[in-house]
Amino acid sequence: MLTIEEFGSRLRAREVTSAQVTHECLQRIEADNSRLNAFIRVTADDARRQAEEADRELAAGRDRGPLHGVPISIKDLLDVRGLPTTAASHVRDGHVASRDATSIAHLRQAGAVFVGKTNLHEFAFGTTNEDSAFGVARNPHDPSRSPGGSSGGSAASVAAGMALATIGTDTGGSIRIPAAACGIVGLKPSLGEVSIDGCVPLSGTLDHIGPLTQTVADASLVYHALLGDGHVTPPVPLPLHGVRLAIPRGYFFDVLDDEVKARFEEAVGRLHGAGVRFDEIEIHHTADIAPVYLHIVLADAAAYHASALEMMPERYTANVRIRLEMGRYVLAEDYVRALAGRDVLRREVDAALAQHDALMLPTLPIPAPTIGAATVAVGSKSEPVRNVMLRLTQPFNVTGHPAISIPSGLTAAGLPCAVQLVGCRMQTDALLKVALACEPQIAAGPFPRSGNVGG
Amino acid sequence: MTIDAWLTAAIADAERRGLPELKPLLETLARATTALRAADFNDHANADSPGRSGSPSGLGAGGSLR
Repeated sequence: MLTIEEFGSRLRAREVTSAQVTHECLQRIEADNSRLNAFIRVTADDARRQAEEADRELAAGRDRGPLHGVPISIKDLLDVRGLPTTAASHVRDGHVASRDATSIAHLRQAGAVFVGKTNLHEFAFGTTNEDSAFGVARNPHDPSRSPGGSSGGSAASVAAGMALATIGTDTGGSIRIPAAACGIVGLKPSLGEVSIDGCVPLSGTLDHIGPLTQTVADASLVYHALLGDGHVTPPVPLPLHGVRLAIPRGYFFDVLDDEVKARFEEAVGRLHGAGVRFDEIEIHHTADIAPVYLHIVLADAAAYHASALEMMPERYTANVRIRLEMGRYVLAEDYVRALAGRDVLRREVDAALAQHDALMLPTLPIPAPTIGAATVAVGSKSEPVRNVMLRLTQPFNVTGHPAISIPSGLTAAGLPCAVQLVGCRMQTDALLKVALACEPQIAAGPFPRSGNVGG
Repeated sequence: MTIDAWLTAAIADAERRGLPELKPLLETLARATTALRAADFNDHANADSPGRSGSPSGLGAGGSLR
């Protein structure tokens, strides 16, 4: 499957058309969606029309920029005008969006072609994609495994070559977790940068919208399009000599699969060999991360869902319903304590970054878990799947720092592992420069291109 | 409200609402709330006035890895 950059070069050289590449994506969807269940709705006819229009515009001299004619899938949590936004829940039955979400309107303006709405964990409230009114989404690397979540269908769609990029949301890791599990790049921008208008909320104070792509450069292109900067080209990578990265030991390495750790340390070795300087640091208050996150996300979600929980509880999947009900018991005084803890954690991460270009840590402590597993073995311990999957990503939803997940190789069983880089708040472009520079060293070694996994 | 009192009331309310399966989740939440209330960033009316300096708690930036 072409990257967005490759597609753009070949499109403008008249070697391919948007209609051709869109058709190839739709063929992959037709061939594999029954197996992977990545899409809730495929908009094939609209996509063909949009692609033909993109080709006509380009032929007439109108170039909308790097996303012109690019086939993209959209997590079914974001409004696309004229289509239902299901949030993978029967609670939303009958809904049709009257307008595009702001981020989607920006993509449309940038010339993107929408191939469909992707599956997710119901209301984005889970890390495995197992609880969806439209069935389980599966990992293209191994369909007996979860694609991660909540943007699991989105990640699967790119990894399986059904789209060149996808749009996800991230409240505790829902872009970066499935990106890591499916072997693609996932960017959570800095909190507040990309408008969440027109997105069904999980937590209005923790939600982020961002891209999942095949490369860091593609993530940069889609990120800027989401902002409304459709003509921006990827930033120039920093020279690796002089890049200074911090590795936060302790909490961030305490619960980690051996093979995930091995791929991480190999990436550190390659980067060091290329001139990157590393420091080991400690971030304090890490024991407070999960309690702070839990009280905020539960209370925010409960406030949004209270009415539907009273009126139509049977329309939720059982697991999501019961977790939402839990949030209705959070006390106001504890929510306030969690907000205070959030400020403390934000300052701790700010300080950790004061003399470094980025933090570097694993994204997902384990390879993609088996569908249906409630617990997973990590070393000699058994850990709850949900807790362990959130462990390394939720800190940066709490603090709001931008973070990007980059594939770092495979386990012996062929499952993807990933490294996460975390940058300074409101400096997503600076993080992307570091990520562009580091990507060849992090992702070194044989790695299947999207569209060539599974099958 | 103490956490014990809250948990007792919450479990009773959940059972009254026909949601006994909430009990283990509420017990998990109670453990998280216990940790949250024990954190050293909490201010207390019977202690010193809150500090608002914005400085982190003594970050330990260690030595060079390589």
